[in-house]
Amino acid sequence: MKDYADLLLLLVAVSNLYIVATSRLNSCVRASAIQGAALALLPLVLWTSGFNVQLFHLAVICAGTLAIKAIVIPILVSRAIREANVRREVDPSVSLHSSVLLAGLLMGISFWMSTVLVLPRPAPTMLLVPVAFATLLTGFLVLISRRQAITHVIGYLLIENGVFIFGQTLAREVPFAVELGILLDLLVGIFVMGIAINHISREFDHIDTELLSTLKD
Amino acid sequence: MLGWIGLSIGLLIGSALGAAVAFRADRSSLAIGTAGSILACVTGAAASIAALVSSLEESFLADWPLPIGEIHVGLDSLSAFFLACIFVISGLVTVYGAGYLRPYIGKRRLAPALTFFNLLVAAMVALVIARDGIFFLVAWEVMSFASFFLVTFENDREDVRRAGMTYLIASQLGVAFLFAMFALLGHSAGSFNFDSFAGNVPAGGSLAGICFLLAVVGFGTKAGFVPLHIWLPDAHPAAPSHVSALMSGVMIKMGIYGLLRTLLFLGSPPAWWGALLVGIGIVTGISGVLHALTQRDIKRLLAYSSVENIGIIALGLGVGIIGQSHGNGAVAFLGYAGALLHVFNHGLFKSLLFEGAGSVLHATGTRNIESLGGLYRHMPVTGLTFLAGSLAICGLPLFNGFASEWLVYLGAFQAGSGLPAAWGVTAIAAIPALALIGALAVACFVRAFGVVFLGESRTEAVTGAHEAGIAMRLPMIVTAVLCAVVGIWPAGALRLIAPAVQMFTHAAATTETLESLTAITRIASVLAGLVIVLVLARKVLLRGREVSQAPTWGCGYALPTPRMQYSAASFVEPLLRPFMALIPIRVRRDGPNGFFPVKATYEERLGDAAGERVLAPASRAFIQALSRVRIIQQGRIQLYLVYIAATLVILLVWQLAGVTGR
Repeated sequence: MKDYADLLLLLVAVSNLYIVATSRLNSCVRASAIQGAALALLPLVLWTSGFNVQLFHLAVICAGTLAIKAIVIPILVSRAIREANVRREVDPSVSLHSSVLLAGLLMGISFWMSTVLVLPRPAPTMLLVPVAFATLLTGFLVLISRRQAITHVIGYLLIENGVFIFGQTLAREVPFAVELGILLDLLVGIFVMGIAINHISREFDHIDTELLSTLKD
Repeated sequence: MLGWIGLSIGLLIGSALGAAVAFRADRSSLAIGTAGSILACVTGAAASIAALVSSLEESFLADWPLPIGEIHVGLDSLSAFFLACIFVISGLVTVYGAGYLRPYIGKRRLAPALTFFNLLVAAMVALVIARDGIFFLVAWEVMSFASFFLVTFENDREDVRRAGMTYLIASQLGVAFLFAMFALLGHSAGSFNFDSFAGNVPAGGSLAGICFLLAVVGFGTKAGFVPLHIWLPDAHPAAPSHVSALMSGVMIKMGIYGLLRTLLFLGSPPAWWGALLVGIGIVTGISGVLHALTQRDIKRLLAYSSVENIGIIALGLGVGIIGQSHGNGAVAFLGYAGALLHVFNHGLFKSLLFEGAGSVLHATGTRNIESLGGLYRHMPVTGLTFLAGSLAICGLPLFNGFASEWLVYLGAFQAGSGLPAAWGVTAIAAIPALALIGALAVACFVRAFGVVFLGESRTEAVTGAHEAGIAMRLPMIVTAVLCAVVGIWPAGALRLIAPAVQMFTHAAATTETLESLTAITRIASVLAGLVIVLVLARKVLLRGREVSQAPTWGCGYALPTPRMQYSAASFVEPLLRPFMALIPIRVRRDGPNGFFPVKATYEERLGDAAGERVLAPASRAFIQALSRVRIIQQGRIQLYLVYIAATLVILLVWQLAGVTGR
C-alpha cells in the first residue's frame, strides 16, 4: 500500500505545480480541491500500510479533511470568485513560467532538506517529507507572486496542507484536539477571507492586493 | 526607620489616589494632595534625618509578583542623605504649590497636578531606598512619567506640549542606557540585587568601565550633563513653578544619586573616571552659566543655572574620584563632601529661586525679564528671598553655596599638592573653571535680580503686581533662612553628610578643613552682624528726618523714562563678547534702507550651543542613517511574505547544512 501513499503524494505535488502554472482561478480552486481530497485519503492509506494510529482519530480526521478541504472551502472560494467577478490572475509579479521553474527549484530544495532532516522516527514513505516542504514553500511562492486576494487564500491553504502532510509523520504525538482545532481555524479563516474579499471587491471594484498597498500609512 | 519611610510613601500614594478620586472637586483634591504630602514629608524628613544622624543601616525584602527582581529596600547613609533632601525640599515646595495652584481653581482641573506631584515624590523616595535593579528602574520610570505629566500640566499650550515631548524623549533615551547597564551588571552578578552587584564586578576592569560610561550617559541625561541637558531649558519654563522647583531642586539630583550608587557597585574607581567627570563638570558648568546669561525667560535662565550647578557637582565628584583612586583620603573626602553638600544646597536655593520666579510670574503674568523691573517695591519679601537665593547660588559668603564650593576648591588644591603630577593637574583644572563659573554666575544673577527687581518697571505688566500670598511667602522665607543657616554654620552640615561621604572613602574631615569651616562661621557671623548693624544704623540715622523718594535713574534728567535703563541684553553684551564664538547666534536685520528709511528692525536670537552644534547634527545623521533601513519597509504584503519565507528557508538550510557538516 506504500505505493498508493506515494501516488497520493505525487498527486499533491503535481497539483502544486498546476496551481502555480495556471492563471485561471477556477482551475486553481479545482486543483486545491483535488489536493484536499488526496490529503483526506492519505492518513487512511498510511494506516492500511501499517502506520499505527487510533481508528476513531483516523476516521474523524479523514472525514473532516474531506468535508472541509475538498468540499466546503472550494465552494466558498468559488462563490467569492463568482461574486467578485474575477476569472484570471492577470500580470502576476513573477511570471507564470518563472513561477513553475521556481516551484521546481523549491521542490529540489525540499528533497535535499528531507535527506538531511533528522526526524524523531523514520517517515512512513520517502516522499512524505519532501512533498510536505514543497507544498509549504509553494504556498509561500503563491502568496508572494500573485496579486489577487483569492489566490492568496489558495496560498494559505497550501501552507496549511504542507503542515498537515508533515503532521502525518508525527500522527501519534499530535493530539486529536489540536488537529481538529487547526482544521476549524482554517475553515473559519477562509470563511472570513471570503467575506472580506467580497467587501473589498464591492468597495474598490477589484481585489488586487498590489493596489491595496496604497492604503498604507 | 524604614517603616517610617514606608509610611510616608504610603501617605504620598494614598493622598495621590485621594486627589485623583476627588478630581471633580478642585478644592478638595488640592486639600487632600497638599495635606498628604506635607504629612509624608514631615514624617519622612524626621525619619531620614534621624537615620542620617545615627548612621543607621537597614534592609527589608518583600515578595513581588514579577518573575525578575524583588522589592528589596534598604537604608544607609547615602540614601538617608538623599531622603533628607527629598523630604525637606518637597515639603517646602508642597506648601508653596498649594498657594501657587490656588488661582487655577475653577479654571483647570487641579487633580493631575496634585496626584502626579505626590507620585513623583513617592517615586523618588522609592528610588533612593531601592536595592534591586528592576525595582530601581520601575521607580525611575514612575518618576519620569509623573514628572512628564507635571510638565504638561498646561497642555493646551503648544510650547508646553513640545517641551513635554522633548522631556519624554530625553528621559526615555537616557533610561535605555540604564537598562543596558543593569542588564550587564545583572548578567555578571546573576541577580539584580544591589548587594550581589557589589562584589561581582572586577574593579577597574573593562566591564566596570563600560558600566560607568553607561551610567554617566543614562544618569547624566536626568542630571543635565552637557550636551544631554537639552530637555532642561524647555521643560522648566513649561512646568508650573512649584514643579520646576521640585524638578530642578530634587529630581535632577536623582541622576547624581544614581551615579553615586553605581560607583558603590563598581568597586574602587580608576582615576580616568574622575578625570572624565572633571571634564564633564567644566564643560557643563561653563556652558550652563554662559547660556544662563543669554536667557530672557527667567525660568529658562534658572534651568540653565541648574545645568551649571550640576557641573559644579560633577567637578566635586571628579575631584573626589581622582583622590579616591590614589588613596588620598583628604582629597576624596573634600571632593565627595563638596559634591554632596552642593546637592543639598542647590536643592535649597534653586527651589527658592524657582519659587521666587513663580511669584513674579504670578504677579505679572510674564516670564520675560525684559518687560519687568522695579518689582522690589511691590514684592519686598519675594525680592529679598530671591536676593538671598541669588547670593547663595553665586557662592558668596553668608550663604550655603559658598560652603560647598569652598570644599571643592579645597579638594582641588589638595589634589594639586598631594597627587602625581598628571592627575593633580587634572584636578587643578577644576579651580579656574570654578572661578570662571562663579564670576559668570555673579554676573548672571546681578542681571536677573537687577533687571527684575530694581530700576523702573519697563512695561505695564508690573504696575498691578502684588506680593504673593502667605502660603507662597512662608516656604520662601524658610528656605532662605535654611540657606543662611547652612552658610553660616557649614561645619554642622558637614557633620551631617560625613557618614554618607564615608561610604566612598574612609577618611574623615581633616582638622584643617574643620578649622577653615570654623573660620567661615566666624567671618560670616561678623559679616552678618555688620549687615545688621548697618541696617540698624541707617534706621537710627534716618529717624526724624524727611526722606524724599525719586524715580530710579532720575539723576537730574528732565524726563526720565524706563527705556533709559540697562536692558538685560545690554547689561551682559560686553561680558558675553569674548564667548560669542561658543554661542550660536542668529541675527535678522531689516533696513534702514534707502535715502528716507521708514522703519528698521533688528533681532538676534541666542541658541543653545550643545543643542544646535552637537545634538541636532548628531540626531539628523542618525535619522538619515536609519532612513536607509526604511527601504525594506514598503507597505506591500508580498514583500513582507518574501522576508518571512526567505528567513525561513535560510534558517532551515543553515541549520540542516550544519547537521550534515557534523
